[in-house]
Amino acid sequence: MLTIPKDLHDKIVAHARADHPDEACGVLAGPAGSDRPERFIPMTNAARSPTFYEFDSTEQFRVWRDMDERDEEPVVIYHSHTATEAYPSRTDISYANEPGAHYVLVSTREPASAEFRSYRIRTGEVTEEPVNVVE
Amino acid sequence: MAIEVRIPTILRTYTDGAKQVEGTGSTLGEVLADLDAKHGGLRERLVDDGGLRRFVNVYLNDEDVRFLAGLDTPVKDGDTVTVLPAVAGGAI
Repeated sequence: MLTIPKDLHDKIVAHARADHPDEACGVLAGPAGSDRPERFIPMTNAARSPTFYEFDSTEQFRVWRDMDERDEEPVVIYHSHTATEAYPSRTDISYANEPGAHYVLVSTREPASAEFRSYRIRTGEVTEEPVNVVE
Repeated sequence: MAIEVRIPTILRTYTDGAKQVEGTGSTLGEVLADLDAKHGGLRERLVDDGGLRRFVNVYLNDEDVRFLAGLDTPVKDGDTVTVLPAVAGGAI
């Protein structure tokens, strides 16, 4: 299960809407070992594409080092799909290399509503999990 | 000459769980070959026929080595090499 504060949920959806039709991406950092997402870190999509995302490598280095210094880890790694469902694609699964993270997918294919779903992706296997949005 | 190499979670199966290992060499390529001798299979996750793998980021101190000289990047005593798998994906 992913437990996520409402304000972080809403920031992710707003980011996905703002970058539509390009895919949006980012991280929610939280204290190492806590499984609590606390800090919203939108990332640049270096691919700037409606069908692909990739963190800028230099930005990723800075964010990862910063998390390390604060004793945090990436609790959520999120990105959006702009014309397809909020389900991990083959490439999403291939490049899911943080086994401890919740992989959140948002779909902005419908203008009036956003799909927000969460998954664990470990050794190539996808398991959907419930999302618990808390105030 | 000791080069500290920081290993991401997903590759720690090759280092018996260690987050950090030490290697020697005068270029990044030599350091990775040295590490592979001690931690078999690690190098193959980072390097293929074309050089450094596309979706693996390797940094020398603060810089992505793609902006330096890739595997030929010179390293010196006290340098830190950091490996981070790229975070990427897409619609397909």
